[in-house]
Amino acid sequence: MLLIPCPWCGPRPENEFRYGGQAHLARPEDPAAVDDAAWGDYLYTRDNPKGRHAERWRHLHGCGRFFNCIRDTVTDRIAGTYKPAEAPPI
Amino acid sequence: MTQPFRTASGGQIDRQRPIRFSFDDRTLDGFAGDTLASALLANDVHLVGRSFKYHRPRGILSAGSEEPNALVTVDRGPGRVTPNLRATQIELHDGLTATSQNRVPSLRFDLGAVAGLAAPVLPPGFVYKTFMRPVSFWKRLYEPAIRHAAGLGRAPGQGDPDRYAHQYAHCDVLIIGGGAAGIAAALGASATGARVILCDEQAEFGGSLLSEPGVTIDGWAAPDWVREALASLGESVTLLPRTTAFGAYPGNLIGLAQRLTDHLAQPAPGMPRERLWHVRAGRVILAAGAIERPLVFPGNDRPGMMLAAAARTYLHRYGVKVGSRAVVVTADDSAYRAAADLHAAGVAVAAVVDLRPKPIGPAVEAVRALGIPIHAEMTIGGTAGPRRVDSVRLADGQTIIACDTVLMSGGWTPSVHLLAQSRGEAWTSVGACAGTIDLATCLRDATEAGGSQPGTFAVAGLPELAPSALPLPALPHPKAFVDFQNDVTTRDIATATAEGFVSIEHIKRYTTIGMATDQGKTSNINTIVALAAQIAQDPRAIGFTTFRPPYTPVTFGTVAGRCRGDLFAPIRTSPIASADAVPEEAAGWQRARCYPRTGETIAAATARECLAVRNDAGMADASTLGKIEIIGPDAAVFLNRIYTGDFTTLEPGQCRYALLLGEDGFVRDDGIVARLAADRFHVTTTTGNAAFVLHHMEDYLQTGFPGLRVWLTSVTEQWAVIALQGPRSAEVLAPFIPDIELGAMPRMSVRECHLGDIPIRLFRCGFTGETGFEIYLPPDSAQRAWDTLRQRDVTSYGTEAMHILRAEMGFIHIGQETDGTVTADDLGLGWMISRDKGDFIGNRSLSLPELTRADRLQLVGLLPNEPAMVLEEGAQVTEAGQGPSLGHVTSSYRSATLGRGFALALVAGGRSRIGARLRVPMPSGAIEVTVTDRVFVPRPAERPFVPSPPLPLLPAVARPAPVARPAASVRLAALAPATLLSVRAGPGAATAIGMAIGVLLPTVPCRSVIARERAALWLGPDEWLIQAPEGSTGLEALARRAPADRPASVVDVSQRFRALEIAGPRAAWCLNGFCALDLDPRAFPVGMCTRTLLGQAEVVLWRIGGEVFHIDVPRSLVPYVWACLEEARLEFADESASETPAAG
Ligand SMILES: [Zn+2]
Repeated sequence: MLLIPCPWCGPRPENEFRYGGQAHLARPEDPAAVDDAAWGDYLYTRDNPKGRHAERWRHLHGCGRFFNCIRDTVTDRIAGTYKPAEAPPI
Repeated sequence: MTQPFRTASGGQIDRQRPIRFSFDDRTLDGFAGDTLASALLANDVHLVGRSFKYHRPRGILSAGSEEPNALVTVDRGPGRVTPNLRATQIELHDGLTATSQNRVPSLRFDLGAVAGLAAPVLPPGFVYKTFMRPVSFWKRLYEPAIRHAAGLGRAPGQGDPDRYAHQYAHCDVLIIGGGAAGIAAALGASATGARVILCDEQAEFGGSLLSEPGVTIDGWAAPDWVREALASLGESVTLLPRTTAFGAYPGNLIGLAQRLTDHLAQPAPGMPRERLWHVRAGRVILAAGAIERPLVFPGNDRPGMMLAAAARTYLHRYGVKVGSRAVVVTADDSAYRAAADLHAAGVAVAAVVDLRPKPIGPAVEAVRALGIPIHAEMTIGGTAGPRRVDSVRLADGQTIIACDTVLMSGGWTPSVHLLAQSRGEAWTSVGACAGTIDLATCLRDATEAGGSQPGTFAVAGLPELAPSALPLPALPHPKAFVDFQNDVTTRDIATATAEGFVSIEHIKRYTTIGMATDQGKTSNINTIVALAAQIAQDPRAIGFTTFRPPYTPVTFGTVAGRCRGDLFAPIRTSPIASADAVPEEAAGWQRARCYPRTGETIAAATARECLAVRNDAGMADASTLGKIEIIGPDAAVFLNRIYTGDFTTLEPGQCRYALLLGEDGFVRDDGIVARLAADRFHVTTTTGNAAFVLHHMEDYLQTGFPGLRVWLTSVTEQWAVIALQGPRSAEVLAPFIPDIELGAMPRMSVRECHLGDIPIRLFRCGFTGETGFEIYLPPDSAQRAWDTLRQRDVTSYGTEAMHILRAEMGFIHIGQETDGTVTADDLGLGWMISRDKGDFIGNRSLSLPELTRADRLQLVGLLPNEPAMVLEEGAQVTEAGQGPSLGHVTSSYRSATLGRGFALALVAGGRSRIGARLRVPMPSGAIEVTVTDRVFVPRPAERPFVPSPPLPLLPAVARPAPVARPAASVRLAALAPATLLSVRAGPGAATAIGMAIGVLLPTVPCRSVIARERAALWLGPDEWLIQAPEGSTGLEALARRAPADRPASVVDVSQRFRALEIAGPRAAWCLNGFCALDLDPRAFPVGMCTRTLLGQAEVVLWRIGGEVFHIDVPRSLVPYVWACLEEARLEFADESASETPAAG
């Protein structure tokens, strides 16, 4: 079970969280202006890196907030978490 | 003579406490402090089991958890049979009943041993090669035959009556291994005041020091030093004996399996048998020691052959001589200590056979001085003896030495298994597992690793030993065993390499080496060396196979822990009791399937209930529906983006059916959106999607549309729901509604009014197509309302009737007609898509080519041509009874109203097929059906409303609060109801609300503020829970009086939670049986509050005193949480209270 540092509540056990997929996917401002292929990418195409991955989590059974997390998909080590509007840690 | 091989004195056993036990059909004696293995050896029992594949006789190889051979079954009574336990780890206790394994019919005369003669035809890979064809033979012939011949113990056939527990724990330093290095590390860590857990798999701490009475540390004999050192550890050190660290997981979480009662003849009744610790460690010190390697030579597996250090352990720790006449064969200095010690104890040591060319050093010279012959640069060429070794032949082919014991040492392998799983977390290895063999150095390094200055320890009595060298390879031989437990020999490795397998991982899988329950603890390095010799490589270049958890086997009971029976998963219960219903579980709730009268079948009851709704009046408990209050000036705009309809045109007092799409355009949920006020909506979701919809909405509010001034509050448990449906429903309800004109309430409207004196939200809508109402009312009053309506001859109907009634009208059921690939248009609900309101979730996808194809699956009705036929849900629909599928049946029932079977189905281009005949293939033949419109029962005309005089509700019936089992050290009680407000607001509004209600809303995460009798708990950066005494009626209005430019959401949630209090010195411990948070006062101080999980229930946990916690539990989960806490309290129950009181 991961130990995930919620930006608000501090480190908490993974079972309090819900995974939210890849981070930093912005919903197009005007979806009608996006062609089918680009919209399909937005819906379905995701990175699958070996190593550093920016992903969304929600502290579902805690403060309820969505936030972003840099996790290494090989070691499961978490480099840092940050609030949605913030920039990822280096 | 009893215990003929027990020494006259010495050892750590208690000779004043004799113990009687049985092994197979023999009754034997031992002493307290013995293991089964030491007691068997004391009684000259060496044949202990038969091997896995060849049924070869096997004895006791080791004195620890690495034991591959001496596996036995321990029988503690019905359902309490544990196979494959290592005799070297089983503590002796009165009445212990152990049996040997894998022998037919008896251990001494085993028919399966004949298979040993056939060993040459059972090479590695024989399963893959021999039994490939025909496949059916595998199931019928080969597998049963192999299973009968090969194998270890048998799994018990009965349910396990024991209790098992889990415990979450946090520490600064976890020390794995309580031998010399582990204890010294604990001394070092204890001195810093750190929270320390020290665990060891054995019953006693001390490790090898318990076998070293001649060694002194700071003047103490080693076993006495252990006791002194342990006694000097501070209170911050938790000692866990009989506890195996079995696996390391991400986030420095380490799994420990603690055996609590197996060593006791009479365990306390409330005590769990085993406890699985989830330890979250700041850092880990691994002091797991090292494992001695056997030597590989032909016939190295007979009973009587043992690791040299194990013989010393049996002698010094248990007072047992392992034989009368021993040959020592070694590649390492340490075995010379065994030779000397056994000689001193009166065991004849016939010879030392040393593989090394020139053994030298003090340990060697000490043996030479005793006159024991030493054969240098020599090994053993063969052994003899049917059930125990009786002689060895040296590799020179000439020298034969009679003996009953062969002691082996191939050097030592550090126990790095767990370190290999630690994935770069903060771990330090000390002692033998770090390759340190000098005791003083071990102790010094370990104190430093613990966090203190390096300690200095005066160690005396240990000879200087040369470090272990890599073992020398042995020649391929069919009886030179590398892996004892899986019967793998050097020749098997040669065979595998000859067949082209050279990777260590392939060798492992092809030969099954290292794959037995001992995970290759004694075979690992010998395998690598044998493989390296075969493929002419440097052994150091071969690498290890992956070390996986568990280090030693963990019982299923321990893994399952408390998640059994009632605690397996919470079943949420409605506030309306339904004792006369047939219960069913749906989406985690217990629901009423139907309400049969005496002697009535489910089908008959369902038919009666359906007809009552169509012709008279029926009522259903719909309390499980998800409910969300959506508040804020932008609430309508937000709903327009979430649902397909246009809610800006919905007037207060109106409600509307709503569809929720995913961004992919597919239907995810449906429900009713009711507008209570301009900025206030009450939305329902399906029962199963309540959590998903709230999560989905929060996602868009927090990350998609963060500018919207809208807040969400779950009120699922704040409101019970009675669905009152049928032509007579208005007539039934009207006499109890004092404050509105029911007849004037239009379809799809909502009113905040009263049922008698109960404040309700009354919806004029329903899920049956009939005239009807949904009555939202406080759960505390729901039973009273239900009973009142029942007295008015309203028929209760269950979920079964509910499904039929909605399907007759062609209404969809999310999860049945939808599966994540169905659009609104597919369902015939294209009219619900509001095209001109602007963008909404899923809208863009609706124009994708795939979503607009004419041949998409569309929802239609199917009528079997044979009216009595009821199709199977999930059945395929075809043109001709075979061939390509056109779709499938989504719902199918018998309709009492229609007097026939009917179904809904998703059929390719279905709407263009209405009137067509299709076939549904079934095993008994194809069923012919006609495609129809999906509406089977027309919507009935409204009956004129006839007013009737007012009637009173039944009086309220008080429900007794649950009473907890007495346990002085951890008390549990249900608290009185309180007024609870959920406040969601931005910073400015929060300050204003705090001022208005007289308690400031804390801004520090997870903290609370108490002022007078009110408390404000921080639950999220824009969310607080306000608590006040029950009946603080004006509080909500006060809180809502926030300035208009700083909008906020205030929702009364008094009914949503029920509070429990758990208090006493053991309160935190009991919570940590189910809650993974660190509840140490430094990590979770008084005043801290948070949502968290208790078992599988989300609760609000609040520490209001050093030993006092309040838990706000969703009311439907109170029975579950109560049962969890009672289970955790059981081990602390007062003596007099063995009975289990009923949970509330
Ligand atoms: Zn949080």
